[in-house]
Amino acid sequence: MSSLQQFRDSTRAWLEENCPPTMRTPMVQDEIVWGGRNAEFKNPESKVWLQRMAEKGWTCPTWPAEYGGGGLSKDEAIILGQELARINARPALTSFGISMLGPVLLEYGNHQQKAEHIPKIVRGEIRWCQGYSEPGSGSDLASLKTRAELQGDHYLINGSKVWTSYADKADWIFCLVRTDFEVPKHSGISFILFDMDSPGVSTKPIQLISGSSPFCETFFDDVKVPASNLVGQLNDGWTIAKRLLQHERTMISGFGLASGQSDRGGTTSVVSSLEGAAMHYRGDKDRLSDPVLRDDIAQFKIDSEAFALTSQRSVEESKQGQGPNATSSMLKYYGCELNKRRYELMLRAIGSQGLGWEGDGFDDEELQITREWLRSKANSIEGGTSEVQLNIVAKRVLGLPDLLTMSNTKGPKG
Amino acid sequence: MSLVLTEDQSMLQDAARNFCAQHSPVSVLRRLRDEKDEKGFDENIWKQMVELGWAGMALPEAYGGFDFGYSGLGVVLEQTGKTLASSPLISTVLLGATAVNLCGNEEQKQALLPGIVAGEKLLALAIDESPFHRPSEIALSASKEGDHYVLRGQKTFVLDGHVADQLIVVARTAGNISDRNGMSLFLVDSKSQGVSIMRTNMVDSRNSARIDFEGVRVPAENLLGIEHGAYEALERVLDIGRIGASAEMLGSITQVFEQTVEYLKQREQFGVLIGAFQALQHRAAIMYSEIELCKSVVRAALAALDNPESEPIEIARLASLAKAKLSEVFELVSNEGIQMHGGIGMTDEFDIGFYLKRARVAQQFLGDASYHRDRYATLHDF
Repeated sequence: MSSLQQFRDSTRAWLEENCPPTMRTPMVQDEIVWGGRNAEFKNPESKVWLQRMAEKGWTCPTWPAEYGGGGLSKDEAIILGQELARINARPALTSFGISMLGPVLLEYGNHQQKAEHIPKIVRGEIRWCQGYSEPGSGSDLASLKTRAELQGDHYLINGSKVWTSYADKADWIFCLVRTDFEVPKHSGISFILFDMDSPGVSTKPIQLISGSSPFCETFFDDVKVPASNLVGQLNDGWTIAKRLLQHERTMISGFGLASGQSDRGGTTSVVSSLEGAAMHYRGDKDRLSDPVLRDDIAQFKIDSEAFALTSQRSVEESKQGQGPNATSSMLKYYGCELNKRRYELMLRAIGSQGLGWEGDGFDDEELQITREWLRSKANSIEGGTSEVQLNIVAKRVLGLPDLLTMSNTKGPKG
Repeated sequence: MSLVLTEDQSMLQDAARNFCAQHSPVSVLRRLRDEKDEKGFDENIWKQMVELGWAGMALPEAYGGFDFGYSGLGVVLEQTGKTLASSPLISTVLLGATAVNLCGNEEQKQALLPGIVAGEKLLALAIDESPFHRPSEIALSASKEGDHYVLRGQKTFVLDGHVADQLIVVARTAGNISDRNGMSLFLVDSKSQGVSIMRTNMVDSRNSARIDFEGVRVPAENLLGIEHGAYEALERVLDIGRIGASAEMLGSITQVFEQTVEYLKQREQFGVLIGAFQALQHRAAIMYSEIELCKSVVRAALAALDNPESEPIEIARLASLAKAKLSEVFELVSNEGIQMHGGIGMTDEFDIGFYLKRARVAQQFLGDASYHRDRYATLHDF
């Protein structure tokens, strides 16, 4: 028996024994485990599941065992993924530490930084947030103005961030700061980590059109951060920032992938597929009676399936060569546009029942669709707008010339 | 199922790319068109393709083939699509040989397949009867009279119908026009009495024909497959054809796109390269994304054909997925190719127009995007 087959057998046996029963049911939004100092476990089995998975390092299967990761090869990690999918296991831990910070810290961090932070990410002990966008720096992220001045053994940080996801719930932040105002804008940025409990840090949630407040404004007022918290070289933060964005895009493009089994994640209700919802709400039996909607849904499903195959191909190709690359921009662009299309079609599928805001007359799922539809509009804005992704594809992949960099590379005067 | 080419497939791809670039560039198609070539393809080039093994690519070794699978044939078709290489690969190898191999009895296979591999026999599949692809609506009738069938009716858009030695004719032996039961396939010698073939000159300079069958007597042993029950096998043959045609379209799409992006990096207006304009950059980036999806779809569909565990419905879904997606993207890319080239794209001297013309014919061939979206929806029970 090959060692991979052995690995599959032992993994399957371990999962059978250790994955609690309710962890094999579709994930419910408010039972997602984000970890952190104030971690909430709505379902007590989530805690057990996290502890068992973290002990093996399987929350981060391919990360080095030296830092608490699973130490698995890519092939083993694929098998683990397949075995988890086989029993419909929920993710034990979802976090920006896993999907964004960890990979770049492993690539650019020094030993001490990795030893301090990686094991806590694996175990879900620290919840991270991302300090990137600023009020004046959205798509033009590199124009950011949050200032970090070296004063002896620490930096003094002043400025503000916006669209910081879950900043009010996070323990630590990975943050882009300007450490040089006299050089072209991309060359004066550094990447630094600090505790959100530090004096001078404050957050304020932003209410969105969907009614929820997943994002915050974040303010830094003379925040003292040890100089050793700077990752990589001083003023070379943009390299790390871009790398992290590739990981973020890969994560967000996954939103467009949900259509494999169902069009709205793992649920099994009448609205789990677009065509099922459309037929159910119209009372159709064998064939969707609205021919235009039928064609649009077919087109959507064709594009979704083609996109899922492309994500799969991208994984296979990156396995043979490099990690995420400029194609992550293409996947981010396409996946987000697909997800928005999905929700527009869902509204058409269920008519005015998909337009309730709250209260009687609508069931929970219908109300959730309204909110999710509104939430989906952010997909093509966060993590770099669709337009920014198309710029990246045009320049990095297609090699088309750049008008902007010729005129607009000067650093902003703080 | 892997979506990345194997080492063997990559080598085949390189060889096919070099061959098409050297021996069958677009200028060959241009010459065939300008000289109103009787056959519509260059026999010497076809001979060389045969020597390279392309005519037996997907056939089993028992019949002289090379057992390289449809993934292998697809790799070749992608490259012939790049240069619009004219050959009987689609009519004879992709459709004809597949029909004989899937539906024929041992005797028929022995009689035809080795000849196809050797490039000695040309086949054509006669199916469409109207300007639209409707394989479930067949009117051409075959009535049994003694030890013969007598065929009456008309076929159109028969690819390579004017040069084929044998026609594979989809006929009705029972039932009404739209019954799926009651269809049969026949091997008909194109020289048979009562067969009249009119070559139709299509806009893309590929060759097709309209064929009349006026009381054509066909020996009963020329029945290919099950009498009355050909539909299921026919769908498989068509699905293979759709997937292979999608691979060919992928090559053409890629070529138009690469040429267009190259042009954006050369053409200057307003003192800058036009490729620096965001209005063009975003459209190019969107095309790039769509083409990446096309590549994955074609690879997945070809791989499914070569996987013995694939269910027929899986193949059918992937075939319609591929044909719908590739048809849509070929329309987009061929139109943008012309537009982004500006005035020069409208000249006959420039090659891009050939691809626009091929695009529309390829889109219609074996069902256009809306046909396949409808079929995809039906196959997904909605």
